[in-house]
Amino acid sequence: MAQIRIENVRKEFGAFTAVQSSTFTVEDGEFFMLLGPSGCGKTTTLRMMAGLELPTSGRIYIGGEEVGMKRARERDIAFVFQMFALYPHMNVRKNISYPLVSQGMKKAEVATRVAEVARILRIEGILDKPVGGLSGGDRQRVALGRAIVRNPKAFFMDEPLGALDAEFREHMAGELRALHDRMGATTVYVTHDQLEAMQMGDKIVVMNHGVTEQFGRPQQIYDWPATKFVAKFIGSPPMNFLEFDGMIGIGGDSIDLTGKRVTVPASREGRAGALTLGVRPEHVQFVDGSAYRGRVVAVEYLGTTQIVTLDTPNGEIKARTPSNQRARTGELIGLDFDARTLTLFNAETGRALVSEGNEGVLRRG
Amino acid sequence: MSSYSVTEPSARQKWFAGSLVVLYAIITLLPLIWIIGTGFKSPSDAIAYPPKTFFQPTLEGYVNLFTTRTRVTEEQLKQMGEPTTWYDRLVRKDGLIIAGPSRFSERFYNSVIIGFGSTVLCIVLGTAAAYAFSRFKVPLKDDLLFFILSTRMMPPIAVAIPIFLMFRSLGLNDTHAGMILLYTAVNLSLSVWLLKGFIDEIPIEYEEAALIDGYTRFQAFYKVVLPQAATGIASTAIFCLIFAWNEYAFAVLLTSGNAQTAPPFIPTIIGVGGQDWPAVAAGATLFLVPVMVFTILLRKHLLRGITFGAVRK
Repeated sequence: MAQIRIENVRKEFGAFTAVQSSTFTVEDGEFFMLLGPSGCGKTTTLRMMAGLELPTSGRIYIGGEEVGMKRARERDIAFVFQMFALYPHMNVRKNISYPLVSQGMKKAEVATRVAEVARILRIEGILDKPVGGLSGGDRQRVALGRAIVRNPKAFFMDEPLGALDAEFREHMAGELRALHDRMGATTVYVTHDQLEAMQMGDKIVVMNHGVTEQFGRPQQIYDWPATKFVAKFIGSPPMNFLEFDGMIGIGGDSIDLTGKRVTVPASREGRAGALTLGVRPEHVQFVDGSAYRGRVVAVEYLGTTQIVTLDTPNGEIKARTPSNQRARTGELIGLDFDARTLTLFNAETGRALVSEGNEGVLRRG
Repeated sequence: MSSYSVTEPSARQKWFAGSLVVLYAIITLLPLIWIIGTGFKSPSDAIAYPPKTFFQPTLEGYVNLFTTRTRVTEEQLKQMGEPTTWYDRLVRKDGLIIAGPSRFSERFYNSVIIGFGSTVLCIVLGTAAAYAFSRFKVPLKDDLLFFILSTRMMPPIAVAIPIFLMFRSLGLNDTHAGMILLYTAVNLSLSVWLLKGFIDEIPIEYEEAALIDGYTRFQAFYKVVLPQAATGIASTAIFCLIFAWNEYAFAVLLTSGNAQTAPPFIPTIIGVGGQDWPAVAAGATLFLVPVMVFTILLRKHLLRGITFGAVRK
């Protein structure tokens, strides 16, 4: 097992830049998520770490060793492909033992290792079957088996659950996480599904257009997004954006939102002009006496909570409130925001202003 | 009201489809059966009119194919004593004796060497080139592929005279190497294009998985790509062999004494001692065998299915 460090890694395909100067660290034993929309460079980043692509510039360290220009087979890592890529001309047993055979391992030892992996993944019964007829879940397990059988320094997974149907995904995600917890292996996992990333990851890198937008623990990223993109990409429904013109000074702890004074975490930087106030739906509160009002446009009932869509002077927002809180379409409701959790963004650059609340998260990396 | 559904065809539809296939088989196989039959006829049966469907089979055609014979007088024949072999006896009843072996087996052997040699070379070079075109960034890839194909945009025989002159000055005239080289050159464009199509269909993830599992690029190629390209290689090999095996025009032009293949040899039998159709038919029959055996051997590879289902698309 090993720590993985990516330093200023950049990848160009001709005139197209797939990854622009990424830097982050995957700690030893971490379940690490590369998250982003399709085409954001997350798969390219993973493939560079695995040695399937060579970086245009920058350095990649696996276990302290610089491997940026090394071949895949010299890196001692395992890769699980979205399409599984099981060797179709071999049966399950041969597929799993294939990486061991390449090391010239003795037959008896190969058999022991394969049996052990089969036991962990509970696929003893299908070892002699051809891979062609297997169900999606079994194929997934065989692909995992081929990865874990050689005890590599790290596991790289490229949307390994992408090819499974929704119901089975949930189950497999749990199985994967449990497997990781038992083996404690450094794992880098690529996904475009923010829920999957939040649910399984110890740490997340959010990428967009080849740029690393933010890097941190799921809760840090959820609570204190570094950019409007992250705020929008993570969370369902996403963070509300209230656009306004105003100003805030260094140390300032309130803003003027169309006549309403809104208390925010004390700012560490000043700005005057176009600003965006970011509020998570669960931090929108219904307060009868508030002068800042929104008209209810729609109510979605979700069981214990409900999503209320409101029309405010600064645009449409969504609030997540307990479902016993009364909200009727057309009604005007007084609104307040949880002062401790708000983020101000520079509306032009999309970057969050550093404040008392998020400085711990943003200043670190 | 009509409905369309994917169901088993009815018994009548099956019967109809079956009889169509049988009819087609009869039409295509009839000439073949006739040739095989003629090989076992006597020369007079072979040219009998109306044509004989049933006849007394004889091996005269095959004996004539493999031997040269010479006419002797009655007295000479008597002096020679009893014939010692069955084929000796067969020719003596026409007043002939066997003078020696014909050159057929030699020509047949040439065909095998040149046909299979060029096929092997075509597959080895074609697979390597197709893999490179399919997987690597080759500068001017599309232009190169078009250029390779353009060598087949005219009939090869159109360049017979330049090739003849080139071969003469290079000393390749009437050599096995020359013919192998020529057939390989003609077939290579077909082989590269066909194989590139097959290799393109093999998902690149298999090789990447092998690269990560600790194999070199070359190992990944022959342990993972080649087994899956088996179908494509088999069908390409059959096409290449059939072309090289049946090629007539270049063989007539470029070979004579040493490297002559069977196709230009078989017609020459006609001129030796009358129109010996049974011998010609016997030669044609034997000539069919290697390609048939080769195709039957590779037939199971022509059935797709081993790669099916291992990658979800």
